[in-house]
Amino acid sequence: MSMHTASMHPAAVEALAERAMPVIAPAAPHILIEGVDKRFVVPGGEIVALKDIDLTINRGEFVCLLGPSGCGKSTLLNAIAGFSAPTQGTIAVEKRKVTAPGPDRGMVFQEYALFPWMSVAANIAFGLEIKGMKRAEIDARVAELLAMLKLTEFRDRFPKDLSGGMRQRVAIARVLALDSPVMLMDEPFGALDALTRRSLQDELIRIWAATGKTIVFVTHSIEESIYLADRIVVLTYRPGTIKQDIRVELPRPRDSASAAFNELKRELGALVTAEQHRFEAVEVKGLTTD
Amino acid sequence: MHTSRLKSAAEGLAVPVAAIVLWQLACSLGLVNPMVLPSPAAVAVRWWAYLAPIEPFDPAAGSYLAWLFSGEMIQDSIGSLTRVALGFFVGAGLALPLGLFMGSSDTIYRHINPLMQVLRPIPPIAYIPLSILWFGLGNAPAVFLIAIGAFFPVLMNTIAGVRHVDGIYIRAARSLGASRLTIFRRVILPAATPYILSGARIGIGTAFIVVIVAEMIAVNNGLGFRILEAREYFWSDKIIAGMLTIGILGLGIDMAVSRLNSHLLRWHRGLES
Repeated sequence: MSMHTASMHPAAVEALAERAMPVIAPAAPHILIEGVDKRFVVPGGEIVALKDIDLTINRGEFVCLLGPSGCGKSTLLNAIAGFSAPTQGTIAVEKRKVTAPGPDRGMVFQEYALFPWMSVAANIAFGLEIKGMKRAEIDARVAELLAMLKLTEFRDRFPKDLSGGMRQRVAIARVLALDSPVMLMDEPFGALDALTRRSLQDELIRIWAATGKTIVFVTHSIEESIYLADRIVVLTYRPGTIKQDIRVELPRPRDSASAAFNELKRELGALVTAEQHRFEAVEVKGLTTD
Repeated sequence: MHTSRLKSAAEGLAVPVAAIVLWQLACSLGLVNPMVLPSPAAVAVRWWAYLAPIEPFDPAAGSYLAWLFSGEMIQDSIGSLTRVALGFFVGAGLALPLGLFMGSSDTIYRHINPLMQVLRPIPPIAYIPLSILWFGLGNAPAVFLIAIGAFFPVLMNTIAGVRHVDGIYIRAARSLGASRLTIFRRVILPAATPYILSGARIGIGTAFIVVIVAEMIAVNNGLGFRILEAREYFWSDKIIAGMLTIGILGLGIDMAVSRLNSHLLRWHRGLES
């Protein structure tokens, strides 16, 4: 953890230090996925979205699920979140079997999913109100999160008046508010421009380093996965299986222009492109036969 | 900016002014029978007479304000608006909870929807004979008819609003730990308000149409009653003056509701203007 903390903004470290979780031995399994299959029934057949997925994610790990469209990475994330149960196999978080969504696994969506009728502050407070926290405590917590994500001056705005990057900051703050040990992120920066994306990636790394959360991050960007992850899990196109599980040993902050970074990018590129070709072959065939 | 506003006002007024001038010319030149079509000037005079208090101000009889509002038109408008408000609150008050239930439960929807689909195409006016049979004459049948007019737009839009709530909000709320009741109260209900409010706007519009008809048959005041009464005396100028008042009032109500909606939906992205 010290390696990550060194890369942090001093102010952010200070803001987060009070609530930082105790650093737990990094090898403790946090999310355990065993023999997971997910099949969808569609007209005229069945789609095998996931097949034989075995994956152990350790506490405090930053894992990226990488693959082309249709490889089942979001399906796997939704199964961990508890939105849709696997057809076969089990997923356990903190040794408890996942059966429904819950605040122990915060979810950040690509479409932000902010409640448009609530102000920024009300969105962040929502989960805390459900928890039954006292008003004064909620206000203090919201103020802290607004400051952490540089949202203080936007606290009374409605989501429609914010840029995409700002909205995603609010969505992250809303999940952080509950202090869930696991943060699930479904292509959260996919709709943002390159500069906003990079600044949010840096922010996420800082938050992760300070809070010690376990993060499962879905992306189709090879570059993004190398920039962020401890571990990159490459999935195959239908059926979704684990093609490769790669540990990223590059020191942080990572330099996307470095030779080592690009070496890894090339290696992953070959893996993902092969799956992309299979995806295109199937989609084109699908189009011609329909 | 200023000139363009003046210009657009001038553009908006050109056609109505031209129409009134032509209408006045046709009357002044004796092209039409004033009994059939009175001149705009005659209508204006009559409209003013309809608006103004009948008795001269007498401090002994009551306050100045009460006297100012004692004109026939104001009394009729108050009568009509009260009926609209009563009928709307009864109709919408029944439609809203029913719509919320039907929208959120497929079972309830499947049981009730066929009946609603059969009743919905029946215009409120077709209920007139039944309403008189049930409620006699007076305010009760009028409120009943108006309630029916307001009921269906609010019901249909509430169902649609609840059913069209984007699933992602529900997923987000669930992952934040919200219970089903909390999701209903704090996610589904607010997410459905744009639909519900547009249903309410249509419902109020329908209520305003129905009140005029209801007053023609069931009561002896209100704007609808007044224009029918004027016909019996061949006061065509008063008929048109009354219609004018109905138009102005209807426009005013719609503008007020639309303002209220914009305020309530200030968070909403694609706001209808």
